[in-house]
Amino acid sequence: MPNPPLLELICPAGSLPALKAAVDNGADGVYLGLKDNTNARNFSGLNFDEKSLVEGIRYAQGKRRKVLMALNTYPQPATLPRWHKAVDTAATLGVDAIILADPGLMAYARKTHPQLRLHLSVQGSATSYEAVNFYRERFGIQRAVLPRVLSLAQVENVIENTDTEIELFGFGGLCVMVEGRCLLSSYACGDSPNTFGACSPGHAVRWEQTPKGMETRLNGVLIDRYADNEKAGYPTLCKGRFEVQGETYYALEEPTSLNSMDMLPEMARLGIAAIKIEGRQRSPAYVAQVTQVWRAAIDAVKKDRTTFKPLPAWQTALAKVSEGSMNTLGAYYRPWK
Amino acid sequence: MKLSLGPLLYYWSREDTLAFYQQAAEWPLDIVYLGETVCSRRHLLRLPDYLEIAEKLSAAGKEVVLSSQTLIESESDLKALRKLIADGRFKVEANEWGAVRLLAEAKQPFVAGPTLNAYNPDTLAMLADMGATRWVPPVEMPREMIWQMNQQMQAALPEAIRLETELFGYGRLPLAFSARCFTARHYNLQKDDCQFRCLDHPDGLVLASREGEDFLAINGIQTQSAKVMSLAHRFDELAAAGIDVLRLSPQARNMHRVVNIFRALADGDIKPAQAPAQLDRFMPAAPCDGYWLGEAGMAFHPVNNPITEGEPA
Repeated sequence: MPNPPLLELICPAGSLPALKAAVDNGADGVYLGLKDNTNARNFSGLNFDEKSLVEGIRYAQGKRRKVLMALNTYPQPATLPRWHKAVDTAATLGVDAIILADPGLMAYARKTHPQLRLHLSVQGSATSYEAVNFYRERFGIQRAVLPRVLSLAQVENVIENTDTEIELFGFGGLCVMVEGRCLLSSYACGDSPNTFGACSPGHAVRWEQTPKGMETRLNGVLIDRYADNEKAGYPTLCKGRFEVQGETYYALEEPTSLNSMDMLPEMARLGIAAIKIEGRQRSPAYVAQVTQVWRAAIDAVKKDRTTFKPLPAWQTALAKVSEGSMNTLGAYYRPWK
Repeated sequence: MKLSLGPLLYYWSREDTLAFYQQAAEWPLDIVYLGETVCSRRHLLRLPDYLEIAEKLSAAGKEVVLSSQTLIESESDLKALRKLIADGRFKVEANEWGAVRLLAEAKQPFVAGPTLNAYNPDTLAMLADMGATRWVPPVEMPREMIWQMNQQMQAALPEAIRLETELFGYGRLPLAFSARCFTARHYNLQKDDCQFRCLDHPDGLVLASREGEDFLAINGIQTQSAKVMSLAHRFDELAAAGIDVLRLSPQARNMHRVVNIFRALADGDIKPAQAPAQLDRFMPAAPCDGYWLGEAGMAFHPVNNPITEGEPA
């Protein structure tokens, strides 16, 4: 039996150039989605049609890298056939695994394509081994991506009680809410990640320079206002400044990125199968930079995790491309909560 | 139309909570959901307390359902979940898939809660097959979709299996869950040392935009709508969409009045168009109904008024 995977580097491919950048810079696998709401990065100009998908699979698998296809939104009654067709396409074109959130869709995939490897998406909101084992028993999932809400001690408890491979987010945009359990976006503008595949979607966003400063709005709701010396950010609604009891602050979360590199030795010790880099909406240059740094870091930690220390040059390179230029260990580090 | 009282989403003092349920036993409700679904640090009432309340409500003729925790993070959360299921006297509302697994294993019928994300008939039929007897759609699901779900699911099931549909119909909408406690964050406290500040905010802590528009409500690790979802004015639309049970979510004040108004609607004693005039003064904030209509959840359209785009009325 082959060794179970350890710290595979899984990188975002929002386009064919990004896929090539990930592969060329050392990703063990890429994840991607189709050009519609069957995946949770449904932004215009992103993602793959069948032609680019065929080319992407050929390029990655030709270099012995994996292609994982995200079909991780929740199909709805009127459009269920579209998700089924997407699963069929993935199987026919020979992706290495599909990443799903919806149990009904898993049942379809299992029945129709029993050989196709299934991963549980972070959008499935499985935070305990009981939940992970539900998907394992019912649909034979091989891997689960855990929401960015557990501490590493809690992750360890999951690993000890399941034989499902565990994948964790390592770097990139940070959801402060449990993925799959957040409807803030649809409350404000009608579209949620669960059904539409995007949070705070572009069509609902307005930027306006006013005498009070640059204002960003989501369907009319003021998400943030920036002074002239502040860099205006995208109005992801959990990362805006709001007023609570007379105090204005980032009431839910600062516009930071997750960077868990300091915890790589611990992740190696726990036997984490894969580290996922967020950012299918980011440029190929971003993907190249982040992949290169994380490749070096993972190689170093695999060589000797007892002496591993992130190089300052790595952290500088990552900080440059981070959202808001700030990093956090997120929930892996308990006091963040 | 049956009326249910949803699980208490806030953290009230032990006395207030016990008094609330003592009164609720007398209210014209069909079903009462009990239990902590938001934060495992809240412990003023524990399972034996809830079971005692459950027995009393049951003796008063209510169907009692015990609601499970939505975000299971630790082994002690799982321990609490197993205890809830092991008791076996009352039906359980499963709010994540670990609970579904344990309930199916125990062959216990259950209620499929709103956070299971049943967005399509295949998933719903699977839940029915595993023992669900009732489902609560995700709170963002519009009426047309709920109707389609039931039509398509029922077509896929043997006729004997019938799944009741329960809709979140009144209260601040539970929108998001996090590992982080936003109430503790507001008070610059660590979550592990939160000093239970939720106790000071029996209807949550309102979060407003910087131009003073009430937007969300912070309730510990949960984020809610600031507006109060209400379908009182659309009560006559519910049955056609296949709704069997309307869920009223506890708010701190006037809940008895709110229940009475919905009861009067269910009994046909008042008309939906008359409801807002009676209900509004008992609500902690302005109403919204956008989700029901397939729009932004915060939108609101009074009935008998032309539907206008943009800002809620």
